[in-house]
Amino acid sequence: MANEGPNKRVDQPTGTEFVGHEWDGIEELDTPMPRWWVWTFYLTIIFALGYMIAYPAWPMFEKATEGVLGWSSRGQLAEDIDAADQARVSVREALARIPIERLPDDSALMQQAVAGGAAAFRVNCVQCHGSGAAGSQELGYPNLNDDDWLWGGDLRAIEYTLVHGIRQAGDDQTRASQMPPFEGAFDSNQMDALVSHVLSLSGKGQSTPLGAQTFSDNCAACHGSSGEGNRELGAPRLNDAIWLRGSSREAITRQILNPRMGMMPKWEGRLDPVTIKMLAAYVHSLGGGEDFLEVAEDPEAEVDEQP
Amino acid sequence: MSNPDGQKSGGDRDWSVVVEDGIAKSNEPVSSAVAEPAATTRRHEPHEPPRQPLPEKLYKPREPVHNKRVRGPFRTFKWLVMLVTLGIYYVTPWIRWDRGPYAPDQAVLVDMANRRFYMFGIEIWPHEFYFVAGLLIMAGIGLFLVTSAVGRAWCGYACPQTVWTDLFQHVDRLIDGDRNARIRLDRAPWTWGKVFRRGFKWTIYALIGLVTGGAWILYFADAPTLFRDFFAGEAAPVAYITVAVLTLTTVTLGGFMREQVCIYMCPWPRIQTAMLDEKSLIVTYKDWRGEPRGSVKKAKKEPEKFGDCIDCTQCVQVCPTGIDIREGPQVGCITCALCIDACDKVMADIGRPRGLIDYATLEDCEREANGAEPRSPWRTLLRPRTIAYFLIWGSIGLAMLFALGVRSHTDLTVSPDRNPPFMLMSDGSVRNSFTLKLRNMESRPRDMEISIEGLPGAVMWSDTINRRDAAATQVVTVPADQTRAVRAYVMVPEGTETRDFTFRITSQDEQGETDAVKTRFSAPGDS
Repeated sequence: MANEGPNKRVDQPTGTEFVGHEWDGIEELDTPMPRWWVWTFYLTIIFALGYMIAYPAWPMFEKATEGVLGWSSRGQLAEDIDAADQARVSVREALARIPIERLPDDSALMQQAVAGGAAAFRVNCVQCHGSGAAGSQELGYPNLNDDDWLWGGDLRAIEYTLVHGIRQAGDDQTRASQMPPFEGAFDSNQMDALVSHVLSLSGKGQSTPLGAQTFSDNCAACHGSSGEGNRELGAPRLNDAIWLRGSSREAITRQILNPRMGMMPKWEGRLDPVTIKMLAAYVHSLGGGEDFLEVAEDPEAEVDEQP
Repeated sequence: MSNPDGQKSGGDRDWSVVVEDGIAKSNEPVSSAVAEPAATTRRHEPHEPPRQPLPEKLYKPREPVHNKRVRGPFRTFKWLVMLVTLGIYYVTPWIRWDRGPYAPDQAVLVDMANRRFYMFGIEIWPHEFYFVAGLLIMAGIGLFLVTSAVGRAWCGYACPQTVWTDLFQHVDRLIDGDRNARIRLDRAPWTWGKVFRRGFKWTIYALIGLVTGGAWILYFADAPTLFRDFFAGEAAPVAYITVAVLTLTTVTLGGFMREQVCIYMCPWPRIQTAMLDEKSLIVTYKDWRGEPRGSVKKAKKEPEKFGDCIDCTQCVQVCPTGIDIREGPQVGCITCALCIDACDKVMADIGRPRGLIDYATLEDCEREANGAEPRSPWRTLLRPRTIAYFLIWGSIGLAMLFALGVRSHTDLTVSPDRNPPFMLMSDGSVRNSFTLKLRNMESRPRDMEISIEGLPGAVMWSDTINRRDAAATQVVTVPADQTRAVRAYVMVPEGTETRDFTFRITSQDEQGETDAVKTRFSAPGDS
């Protein structure tokens, strides 16, 4: 020990040797360690050896040693995902069974559908509609939070749009409509008056007889005589405050002369029906969702519509 | 602090040196009237050469502590503390407290799953964790207070390690007999009788451990239900694991490690001994009165040559941590004062005044060593340091009581949705959406009215109320003891600008509790 030779001193009361260190008059005794402490230390070594055998431990060229228990964090994750999926099975089955018209009646299921829809939205829809579902006026992606719906905003209509998409080639049930280009159809006076009339429908600016005439000749067939739109045709409502592609005179002029029409992919076949149902519930829940307006043939369903 | 030369220090000596001196200078061999033969082999005798002359031996086995039974006021007090602390620990989970149909009926319950802490009439929610923090601060300052006033009373009487060790030592005594019998049995070869005795004792150890762990889990679930489920094999795995771990640790720490925990594992002795000052009570051997030691016979023959200590080693034999208090204050001393009981009895037997070993402050030691009369230990209770600790401790307690008294059972938080910040509707009106969290801390469902202040013309609806029912106020029902999140859509007429406004909730009951949160309405053009 550090305290050998002639300097070896012993602490009188305890009979233990000094180590030879001193701090402010306090000296350290060379007290032997308790034996259990040493055994505990040996046990930790044995545990470490056992751990290295049982679990992945030694890094090799390709990957770490596998360990006799075969545990891996990747396998653990797969198990966790499986367990989470298992836990959702009952909800998904209930969602698969319930007609979407009845979904609002089951508020617990509706909440789960909205939550699941929010997750699916973040994966599949934010690329166009944005993470807050606010869309983009620049690019013509509709805002899903408002109450203006081209093709209808009740759960059924939303689900239909999701399933079949809009202007999807190869799906004969897809929502499709065409606004004809009016390039060269009007002279500049007519054009100017028509834009003024369109703006006046939502209370901006003054209409002229020429504008009103041009509108009723060319536009009212689809957009309605007062610009109320037509959901059967997907013709936008013009007498409200919401403009899919901008409300400036330039934007309206451009849209009349050379209209741009958006396209929504069909999700049937890419997403399962339950996920589509959940997405419809989520979009409906964003604040602009509509109730079922038309009276259903089933008298029972009619009762459900009026809570 | 040590005395390397083995010489006596001068008159103004440091007290700790005094002790060492006293032992160092008496080198006569022992022959004690009261001492038991085993004692001399077990303990180091200061008069003999050092008991550990082997620096080459790095590790040493534990020397078992077989403490002798003792009677006296401190032992009685220790029994009382054990009764009260163990009683509180084992009985508390079974106390019922009626909280109505929506909340558990257990007086003290840590409900991890629902994140509630029930303690009699108080119910703590996670957001009120500052109450728990306050309790912890009070416990800390309480420890300062007690330590500065009466020394390591926590170590000696209230520490679970002390209480359970005491219990296990009593089991030893009941099964194996008192000190001498236990030492004999320890040394005896392993006969069937010894195997049976040890097996029986360890079974009792295990049962104590099981009951200890079993009581612990009852704090975390409804006690009668869990008790039944536990024995029916239907309790959660975590319950069995907890009981197993606590049984194992209780038996290991209380049954086998004992004083090793206090001396080698526990940080408190270091902290507590550092918190003592010269005015704090410690258990102390009055060497100026006791030394030099001599047997009763010798002391009778030459009374002027010997002190009061007859070297009977009773103080060592009764010590639960196996130390010799006559070596001076040391970390192994938990100040349980059993040595005082033992020594007082011996002093009474040989006709000397009590208090050769006694509670005293370092200050008192110095005074008494210089010839002053002993002073009452109660004097140490009231002094600026203890009073200051008490005032801090008390004011935190009062502040918490006040906070508990005035706290509302209703709370509202509002977070505006910022993606998008506002929404233009087809009729030109503007809509914002907010997530409201309505908290109902009562054990019954309550209706709460949500209203808007400072936003003219505003209507709102929530995700559960149909948009056609949009109105200036909404009433939602918040379930008992829960927080309900409501997505609120607030719509204002065209032309409203960005402005601040207030959400207010009012409980629709006789209490009419209310809470309001100021937030902001965003409109186009201003954001």
